[in-house]
Order: sequence, then C-alpha cells, then structure tokens
Amino acid sequence: MIFSFDLLVNAIVSGILIGGFYAAVTSGVSLSFGILDIVNIAHPAFIILGSYVAYIANATFGIDPIIAAIIATPLFYVLGAVIYQVYYVAFEKRGQESLRGLAFFFGLLFITEVTLVLYFGVDYRYVDARYIGPTLHLGMIDVPLRILVPFLVSLLLIAVLQLILTRTFIGRAIMAVAQDQLALRLMAVDPVRIKRIAFGISIATASLAGAFLIIIQPVEPSVGREYIGRVFAICVLGGMGSLPGTVIAAMLLGIVESLTATFYGPSWAPAVSFGFLLLTLAVRPAGLLGR
Amino acid sequence: MRTPLFFLMWLGIAAVVFGLALSSGNDYVFFAGYVVLQYVVLSTAWNILGGYCGYVNFGSAAFFALGAYSTVAIYKFITENEFYRLPMPVLILIGGAVSGLVGFGMGYLTLRLRGAFFAIATLALAVVLQTLIVNWDFVGGSRGAYILRPEEVPLIGSYIKYLFLVMLLLAVAALVIARLIERSRLGYGFATIRDDELAAEASGVPTLKLKLIATTISGALMGMAGAPFPYYIGYLQPSSTFGLDYAVNSIAMPLIGSVAARGLTTDQLSSRIAGLLRQGYVRDPHVAVEVEAYRPFFILGEVTQPGQYPYVANMTVETAVAIAGGFTPRGYKREVIISRNYGNQAYRFKTPITAQIQPGDTIQVEERWF
Repeated sequence: MIFSFDLLVNAIVSGILIGGFYAAVTSGVSLSFGILDIVNIAHPAFIILGSYVAYIANATFGIDPIIAAIIATPLFYVLGAVIYQVYYVAFEKRGQESLRGLAFFFGLLFITEVTLVLYFGVDYRYVDARYIGPTLHLGMIDVPLRILVPFLVSLLLIAVLQLILTRTFIGRAIMAVAQDQLALRLMAVDPVRIKRIAFGISIATASLAGAFLIIIQPVEPSVGREYIGRVFAICVLGGMGSLPGTVIAAMLLGIVESLTATFYGPSWAPAVSFGFLLLTLAVRPAGLLGR
Repeated sequence: MRTPLFFLMWLGIAAVVFGLALSSGNDYVFFAGYVVLQYVVLSTAWNILGGYCGYVNFGSAAFFALGAYSTVAIYKFITENEFYRLPMPVLILIGGAVSGLVGFGMGYLTLRLRGAFFAIATLALAVVLQTLIVNWDFVGGSRGAYILRPEEVPLIGSYIKYLFLVMLLLAVAALVIARLIERSRLGYGFATIRDDELAAEASGVPTLKLKLIATTISGALMGMAGAPFPYYIGYLQPSSTFGLDYAVNSIAMPLIGSVAARGLTTDQLSSRIAGLLRQGYVRDPHVAVEVEAYRPFFILGEVTQPGQYPYVANMTVETAVAIAGGFTPRGYKREVIISRNYGNQAYRFKTPITAQIQPGDTIQVEERWF
C-alpha cells in the first residue's frame, strides 16, 4: 500500500464533511430513539421521502433542493405528529411499544418504500443546483461543494435544534420527558403532547436530511436501507439523544469509513464502522457522551 | 398431545402435502412451495429466540445467508479439488453448524444488551458478516456465485422435487424442535427470561446458559434453511441473499425458463425477458441486464506486455495499450491495426488510437519508421 500524506488529509477532510451529513441524518433518530425511546426504524424511509419531495420541487419548479426542504418541513412535522398519535394510541398506551412498535415502524418503512417505487419506479433520481459539480481547491485539499453545502447547513440545523432543546420551554420539556414522565405530569405538562411535538420535529429533520442526501448522491427508494444501521450506530455511539455526541460520533464514523475506503477499498467500509458499533455496544453501551 | 404423536401427525401432513404437490403434475408448485416451507423454517427459528425469549433478532437474513454461503464454499471447494459431491442433508448439517456457531457468539451480546440495543447489535452483526462475504473472493465476492444443480435425482425425479422434499422434512423437524422446547424445562426457562430477566436470574435460572442455547438453536435452524438455497436459486449474490427480498426473483426465475441471448444487445435481451415475465407473471416488470464478463481482447506488436486481457465496457485503443503496459519506445502511436470478425467475415483496418474497441478484437501496434 502506498501511503501518501495528500491522500490521508483528503480522506480525513471528506470524512468530516460526510460526517456532518450523517449527523443531520441521525439528529432525527437522536430525538426519537435517543430521547423518546421510540425505535423509529423507518426514519431512513422518511429521509428518502424528503429526497423525493426535494426532487419533485426541483424538477417541476426549479427550486433549490435545500429551500424546497425548508418549505416542506411543516408538512413533515404534521406527518410526524400524526404518526406519533397513531403509535401512541395503538401501542404506547397499551404498553406494547417494544416489540409491536418495532414491527409497526418496520411496516411503515416498507410501505413508504413500496409507495415510492410504485410512483417513481426504481430509477435513480437526482437534482440540479449551482453548487453541484464545482470543487474548491484549498492547497492540496479538494472540497466538492456538493458535500460542503450540506455539511454547513447540517451544522446549522443541529445548532438550531440544540438551541431549541436547551433554551425554549418546549425543548426543555422534551428533555424532561426523557427523564421522568410522571414528574412532567405533576408540573401540569402533558407528556403525550410534548412527545408528539418532539416526534414531529424529528420527522421534520428528515425533510432536510433527504435534501442533503439527494444533493450528495442520486437516490432511489431503497437507498435508505443502507442508512438504517449507520444511523442507529451513530445514535448509540453518540450516547442516545445527545446532539453534540451525535455530531462527534457522526464525524468519527465518517472519518473511519473514509479512511477505510481510501486505504483498503470501499467494500470494507461498512464492516469497520459496524465492527466499531459492536465494540461500543459490548464495551460501553452508554456511548461516547452518554447520559 | 404427546410429542411423538405430534411428530407423527406432522409427518403425515407432510406426506399428504407432498402427495398433493406430486399429483398437480406441475413443477411450479414445487418452486413456490419451497419458498413457503423455507419461511416456515425461518420463522420457527426466529420464534425460538424472539418469541420464547423476547430477544428481537434483525439479523435472520445473515444467518440464512451464512448457511447458503457455507454450501457455496463447499461447492467451490469440491469443484476445484474434484472431490466426491456431498449429499444435501450433509450440506444442511454443515450450514446449520456454521450459523449455530455464529449464533452462539451472538448469544454473548445478550450479556449486556437488551431490547432495542440487542436488535441494533444484530443488525450490525448482519452488516459485518455481509461485508466479509462481499470481500471473500473464493465464494464469488460481490459478483456472486453460480451453482449448477444436478438435473435428476434417483427415485424422486427432478431436482426441485428433491429440494422440496428436503425442505418439507426440515420444516417438520423445526416444528418438532420448537414443540420440544416449548414443553420442556428449557421452554419455561425461556419464558422466565422473556417476562422478567432480573427476577429469573435472582431465582436461580441460569439465564446466560439458556440464552446461549436459544441463540445457537435459532441460528442453526436459520442456517439449515439457507443451506439448500444456492441449489434452488442457481445464482447467489450477497446483497440479495442478505436482504431476504429475493422472494420475487426466486419465483420469477424458474417460471420463464431459459432465454436465448445469443446475438442480442443487453437492451434487446432485457426487453425480451420483460416480455416473458409480462405474460401473466409480473404486472410491470423492470429488467436490467448487464454483461458480467466480456470476451477478452488481444494486443500484440510494439507494447510492453503483449497478450490477452479482459475487456472492459467502452474501452478505447488507448486504454487497451495502457493495460498492456504502454507503447514500447519504438511503437507507432498514431494508428493501430484492428482485426475484427463480423459474422463469419474477418476484417482488418487501420484506426486512430481514440477509437473504441470491441470484445474479441486483435490490436496490432506497428513499429515507427523513424
């Protein structure tokens, strides 16, 4: 193997950039799985849905995919709130959330995927934007704008989420739901309403993450499957529901994957990242910045 | 009902099913029935860990694929070393042993992980196993592996009938094993783990031992369901085997039989296959055809390493020369001579080095004059 400093630096930089994107993809799961303990395994499917919304807006009206995604967030929020309501009535209220809830989200995953396949077929779709294509050359580092733009917006998204969680009343209530629902009820706050809002926000992030995904790579309905494992890996690694932990874990995973892909070939990348996850689960199940 | 009676009852049902399938006189029944039976075994196996013990395993496809790939590995080993071909029951036992071993390893994950965490860990385990198989060239890697199945089996007839019978017996075996577990101390132990692991541990139930038994049996049964699969499908590929969503392809494949591909382009071939599938089997088929290996091209004359090389799609003379180690210092770099066959006619022509070449071409690089 030829070791080259250029290659190493470029691999680390692209790992960090792609890690930023992973963080955006995972932020929704950190909210739902990390804070609310809802194993929303269908989250990647909603991300693909977000990709398709961005694609439709881009192909028919020529709107920038990220702006389209921001416009679509209220729709996704409502979708998330509705899904939570169904989940709450059908499973959580009866205390059957663990196994049957999982099956419910598995079902949602397949239904979303198949619906997209029926409407759009299995062809790869992509979007047009001015920043897709050009590359910044900073010395020996090459930064494709196609990855840099989603990276920057992802960080912005996570910063906003973190501000909401720590500074607003609703955000603090969401954090409190994770700790003690009964106490929340004693404070005259309805935990179900708070959870509904939190789950809505979690699905709303999928709209943006979907737009990032379709900017970075062409998308077809079952692409999301590749992200199920990765997303939960990052969430657990980051310490379940800690957004700073999620960002750190996402970048770590991005760097590990990118280094493996550069020096041993892309086909080894998943084994390394998931081996990493298995190790974390076996040694420190609380994750990096665990509660 | 007593267990021996239960066993005899299912054996009787199996005999009736096989008899009915035989009387239909149509091989399609066997192809479709095989998939159904395979899922009977898989879900019974999953239930031993997921249902009795309450540990959700998302990696069932991986255990299935492990069984399938152990068969492929044995097949490759036997064809390369020209050993005696192993009978199917032995292959099933080996596949079960391999998956059971991995299941045993997975059991140790339950030491620290419960609920959703265990489910995620099994998901991760499946991805790691898939990556290992993708990178293992001996069993075909990501390209997949072909398995030629024997045409006939003595006493039974066509091979699919034999496979169906094997899977039928396996399904009966799986049901009986599940029943035995359910009615034994083991089953009660599993139930205590499912209901309250901490309380079970406190009352002296050896939870780790029981969980290891459950993961091993469950994994082994899934591997056994997977072991005959390569002979059923004929072509095994990691992404579809680990995805467990081959159900459609596996039925479509035997339905349309063989398709003549000679002389067709990939587009023509895919529309022909789509046409055959549309005749009553699939409503709106999407077929993609890719060439897995082209005929090689030959290059001789003034290149560093003349010889025969594999063809890659959209190759030009320039890339061909590069593959052959580049021009020698005396090579003429503007034009080369290509010999090509169209039908039965051979042609020779001069062409610039940016021209595209085709599989089977012979490229001759001439000497410079000056």
